[in-house]
Amino acid sequence: MSISKTDERIALGAVPAADQELMREQEAARLRAAALQRRAALGRAAIRLASLIIVLGGWEYFGRQTNPVLFTYPTAIANAAVKMIASGELWKYLWQSLIVLFIGLGLAAVFGIALGLIMARFRVVDIALDTYITALYSIPSVALVPVLVLWFGFEATAKTAVVFLFTFFPIVINTYQGVKNVDERLLEVGRAFRCGERDLWIHIVLPAALPFIVAGLRLAIGRGLIGMVLADLYTAITGIGYLISRYASTYRIDAMFVPIVTLGILGITLTGLLRFVERRIAPWAHQAGRE
Amino acid sequence: MSDGAKIVVDRASKLFLEGTVVAFRNVELSVRPDEILCIVGPSGCGKTTLLRCIGGLVAPTSGRVLIDGAAVDRPRPGVAIVFQHFGLLPWKTVAANVAFGLKVAGAPRGEISERADHYIKLVGLAGFESHYPYQLSGGMQQRVGLARALATHPEVLLMDEPFASVDAQTREVLQEELLELHERERKTMIFITHSIDEALVLGDRVAVMATHPGRVKEVLTVGFSRPRDPAAVRAETRYAEMRNHIWSELRPAAVV
Repeated sequence: MSISKTDERIALGAVPAADQELMREQEAARLRAAALQRRAALGRAAIRLASLIIVLGGWEYFGRQTNPVLFTYPTAIANAAVKMIASGELWKYLWQSLIVLFIGLGLAAVFGIALGLIMARFRVVDIALDTYITALYSIPSVALVPVLVLWFGFEATAKTAVVFLFTFFPIVINTYQGVKNVDERLLEVGRAFRCGERDLWIHIVLPAALPFIVAGLRLAIGRGLIGMVLADLYTAITGIGYLISRYASTYRIDAMFVPIVTLGILGITLTGLLRFVERRIAPWAHQAGRE
Repeated sequence: MSDGAKIVVDRASKLFLEGTVVAFRNVELSVRPDEILCIVGPSGCGKTTLLRCIGGLVAPTSGRVLIDGAAVDRPRPGVAIVFQHFGLLPWKTVAANVAFGLKVAGAPRGEISERADHYIKLVGLAGFESHYPYQLSGGMQQRVGLARALATHPEVLLMDEPFASVDAQTREVLQEELLELHERERKTMIFITHSIDEALVLGDRVAVMATHPGRVKEVLTVGFSRPRDPAAVRAETRYAEMRNHIWSELRPAAVV
């Protein structure tokens, strides 16, 4: 009752001078650190560029002296790339593979995160399933591809299943770990403020697990790319795998390297995209790690 | 049983691991409405566990804890806890952390932001609403912890060594502010500390706890007038006497 009367009154105490000083110092330090980081980033970019020039130059020089049936060189790859992009060939086959990657990865993310959360929440499910999850994660996924072909045939379904198999387990395991690693003390804070189970999950467990889940997705992207190419080569030969094997079998090494380089760029792009999203939705995780 | 008491701890014991570890045994305490009861004791005397029992976070093995005459078996509305480790949610801004208790209680949105604003100002953090905890100093983080507890308008404030992990100067500032706050918004407070000075400056009464087994050895009435000025309190002869007395009570444990 006494509380409503306090509204007009001034604050108990301003943040003491020491703390304000600290904030100012932190701000200045942040600016200095930002400037330093920019300079360091420039330095790194210069080194990368120099390294790229030397490696590509060396490759170009020695590549031109080898038999084009066995090896190739950067400008030849670039030429081939321009042609393959202009004709729409690269995109056509890349798209076939990407669709498989996105559907497989998407399904793995949905079911993987769900299963990870369920296992972390329900002890019975955890104990019942944990052996299989660990076993399946340990078996090299490649070993299971023939079984998937047997079950799903050679077409897109089988390919999607392969990508799913490659990406599912790291997502499950990371999600599970994320939930299990929630700070006990924060859970107690939640209970002290009378959180129900739902509130605990929304306000504490899920945000705490988020960085782990993103790490799982990052692992999954790498493995998913492997699964995608593997599926192209070991089921019906289509997509980017088809491009690679077709040009390899016709000794067009320059054109063969185009999809290979594309895969590298794809990996970098997807991982970078994920990092960007993570920074957006979980700024605390990124910042806290830098302190 | 003590009539008119806000909080009663009735012969409560807490044992862990099938009774092989005793947190505290047969604790009797009663806390009057609007008083500040400080609990001092060496580490291992079970004072934090006692506070968690009163807060309804753990159940005593035997005995009872009553608030307003009703047995505490889970965290109750009207009781808020301030933690030594602050317990701020790293993914929430200052404003969202302060609003946390209200949001969970399902308060209407307008009321949440109004009260959060009010208490952020009250603890002197206006302008830091959209900062994250990692961007604040320890003292500022605990101000957020305090504002979060106050925003729920608790009748009972349980404080578990809230100022133990901030530096000495900040600690004294926060003590003064707590006294001021108590003048303004009367609340029943249990304040755990291992600083005798802090207990005497803040408390109406001081419960001295001892170890092996954890128990309440003595409850002293401090009796300095309110509103209090910590510096004036420290200058009183009675302050020195009580300080020495509590010191000698705690000393045997300190030697072990």
